[in-house]
Amino acid sequence: MHKKLIVIGGGPAGLAAAVSAVENGLSPEDICILERDSEPGGILNQCIHAGFGLHRFGEELTGPEYAGRYIEMAKAAGLTITVNAMVLSLTDDKKVTYVSPETGYVTCSADAVILAMGCRERTRGALNIPGSRPAGIFTAGTAQRYVNMEGYMPGKRVVILGSGDIGLIMARRMTLEGAKVLCVCELMPYSGGLARNIVQCLEDFDIPLYLSHTVTAIGGKDRVESVTVAQVDENRRPIPGTEVTYDCDTLLLSVGLIPENELTRGAGVAIDRMTNGAFVNQNRETEIDGIYACGNVLHVHDLVDFVSEEAAIAGRAAAEKILGKTAPAVHSVSVRTGFGVRYTIPERIDIPAEPAEEVRLFFRVTDIYKKVRLTITDGNGNVLVKKAKSAVAPGEMESLSLSVESLKALADAKCETITVALEEM
Amino acid sequence: MIYDVLIIGAGVTGVMTARYLSGKTCSVAVCEAGCDVAMGATRANSAIVHAGYDAKPGTLKARLNVRGNKLMKEIAKELGVECKAVGSHVVGFGEEDAKHLKELYERGIANGVPDLRIIGQDELRAMEPNISAEATMSLWAPSAAITCPYGLTIAAAECAATNGVDFYLNFKVTDSSHAGGIYYITNGQQTIAARYVVNCAGVHSAEVAEILGEHDFPIYIQPRRGEYIVMDKTCGKMANSTLFVVPSSKGKGILVSPTVDGNLLIGPNAYAIDDADDTQTTQPGLSEITEGALRLMPCVDTRNAITSFSGVRPTPNIYDFYIKNSEQLPGVVHAVGVESPGFASGPATAEYIAELLTDAGLQFTDKDNFIPTRRADGNPKLFRDMTDEEKNAAIRENPSYGKIICRCETVTEGDILNALNSPIPAVTLDMQKSRNRSGMGRCQGGFCSPRVVAIIAEHENYGLENVTKRGGGSWLVVPKNTKGGDKE
Repeated sequence: MHKKLIVIGGGPAGLAAAVSAVENGLSPEDICILERDSEPGGILNQCIHAGFGLHRFGEELTGPEYAGRYIEMAKAAGLTITVNAMVLSLTDDKKVTYVSPETGYVTCSADAVILAMGCRERTRGALNIPGSRPAGIFTAGTAQRYVNMEGYMPGKRVVILGSGDIGLIMARRMTLEGAKVLCVCELMPYSGGLARNIVQCLEDFDIPLYLSHTVTAIGGKDRVESVTVAQVDENRRPIPGTEVTYDCDTLLLSVGLIPENELTRGAGVAIDRMTNGAFVNQNRETEIDGIYACGNVLHVHDLVDFVSEEAAIAGRAAAEKILGKTAPAVHSVSVRTGFGVRYTIPERIDIPAEPAEEVRLFFRVTDIYKKVRLTITDGNGNVLVKKAKSAVAPGEMESLSLSVESLKALADAKCETITVALEEM
Repeated sequence: MIYDVLIIGAGVTGVMTARYLSGKTCSVAVCEAGCDVAMGATRANSAIVHAGYDAKPGTLKARLNVRGNKLMKEIAKELGVECKAVGSHVVGFGEEDAKHLKELYERGIANGVPDLRIIGQDELRAMEPNISAEATMSLWAPSAAITCPYGLTIAAAECAATNGVDFYLNFKVTDSSHAGGIYYITNGQQTIAARYVVNCAGVHSAEVAEILGEHDFPIYIQPRRGEYIVMDKTCGKMANSTLFVVPSSKGKGILVSPTVDGNLLIGPNAYAIDDADDTQTTQPGLSEITEGALRLMPCVDTRNAITSFSGVRPTPNIYDFYIKNSEQLPGVVHAVGVESPGFASGPATAEYIAELLTDAGLQFTDKDNFIPTRRADGNPKLFRDMTDEEKNAAIRENPSYGKIICRCETVTEGDILNALNSPIPAVTLDMQKSRNRSGMGRCQGGFCSPRVVAIIAEHENYGLENVTKRGGGSWLVVPKNTKGGDKE
């Protein structure tokens, strides 16, 4: 079997990428979307709270509504989505092997592949929280599935470790469903979640948030019976004597998301240690020709609206490549991180002879900073772009754009690197 | 029904004994306090089939270990369970260790360990490129193997059940009586009657001996906990074989070992504890084993840890295993204090227990229809272990094999249903996990556990609230309060 384009994942990234590929001239029959669940929409299907789509659609939608918009757009574009299809392997020459009850075990080759597998939650093990191993320890997303999809409660008295957005959302959800959320504790001195979620999910429900705190012990043999929380010092080590033990039956973990790149690694695609996603250029093309990545499999986003935007870039680029419309690059610039910047997307800019549009660089900062200037500097120290911000935080994505003129100048000067950094004002 | 033999405890010793006797003309039952077989020391250990150089020559440990090592590989093959003779190194650091390695070598030779050799730094480096630069030599034992200790024990239990052994899970022995040559063993609700009783109750074996009616039982069990860290599969190839340090009085020390599933295992430490069922891990303990592992292999990076666990070993107050006919209770055999190398010894211990039962008067001959596999029709394959052709055939025959439930470990709905339909039905989350690795991968069940719970509940025809992690009070979810507002 052969398809021009295979999109792995039918969540918000995969759907937006496929829709964009059709909008950019690819015929829907030439596109195969493989979704492992029985419904398209990905994790949005269990995110029944509102707050999605403010940027993309200018209105506040729930997760299933946002997914529904894209499912409708995919249908209108003539796309078909193969559900219950789990991709088991991808090769560097773009052979995709998947399995489903309907098709069996199938290998399909493609001219281009878009990776849109999303991410998974970090678990207790990755943190090495000591203690016994009773039932009642769930990642926030697993708890969300039990509550919102299966109609069950994972417990009644809850401590939440980590102030990621899903943890904050679940603090509110569990409270609304009748549970008592005793506290949310966060290892870092700041929350990893969106400011609006701190207000709407914790403050509005009088749920305390303890910054610079972690879980030091979990009690209970069969089921969680207690969770001990302690304050941490500047090296994130628990401070003896600060322990508080909560009598509870559930510990929810919201301690970060990890792009799910096992297929990507299997294909030999180079992975950026900082994003845990592929190295990509501004088209979201990985270092393997014709393999693209977008959405949370590339780097963890805070808003789905930005996932859709990024996926549209990948979808368009894949379509142009398949249709032979891609202008070849004449010069490549690698994007470095400077002071205060954890990672950038893309990591590389491939500049064609006649750049037609600006390139927007997305990045995350390493810490909370007040009054800073965000800058892009070329290899000779010339500031190409600068933007002042009153505050930046690791939980919120920042961006800067490089103009067509700057791109031309970089290519003309054969500049090898540019650096994205913060300057304290 | 009166069984010929009741085995108390479904760890490796009890299960291997059950499988051995299931090939003989006698009726056998196994009772187990846990919700599954292999719930104690058999579940949580270093997953090594030791070669047998460690025990002092002439001891039961030495004899059963060396024979068990050979038999375990044969049984694993019959049951279709992986048991890989990757070999082991006891790694020496300098002159002081050289003396100890020589001693171990001589013990091993006396015990009959095959192909044992002391090798120098260059050869060690060539075999283990990631070994510490300070390692100077090693005792190389190519017969040492790695396997999945609970996987192998579960497979042996299914085989025993297929051959007619009855398993009573969630059956914690609380009392016993003896009348007319028959033992009546009860958990307070149900009673099992048997002519012969084998006590293989692991960390609780001394307590069980007393429940059976032993007075002044000479053996005392000191539960000793060991902690481990499991590293991601990306680290699985860092070690080619099991790497030990020179053993001390506390045990075999902290090791680094590949696992048959492709992970890297580091641990254990060893601490005496009061509560034999307390399998918690501790921050100092995990730091200790990390340091121990770094000494052997400086490139170990605990950022790649996927989980930690601990196991409790039944350390007796004597050097050797205590496997004997009771002096006070006719027809009772005790297998007490079976700590390391109890797993490797298992199949040989089973033979030995059968001999002791014969000495006590039990008569049996070989059955001519013994089935050496897990099921009458062979050993079921997991989807991920099938060839491409087998995968397609399995999906055609049963579309549930085309539905992946656990993404990280490629476990299908078919695999989960197969474990539910086994001779020992896997009705808890952990039972499923130990049969097909669902929930054991890098996401640790984040995606699949709600789905596995739902499949179990549907198959057993009850609500999700009845599915537990591992029996007892390990409930997972409660129904939503339909009235709402259950706030304090």
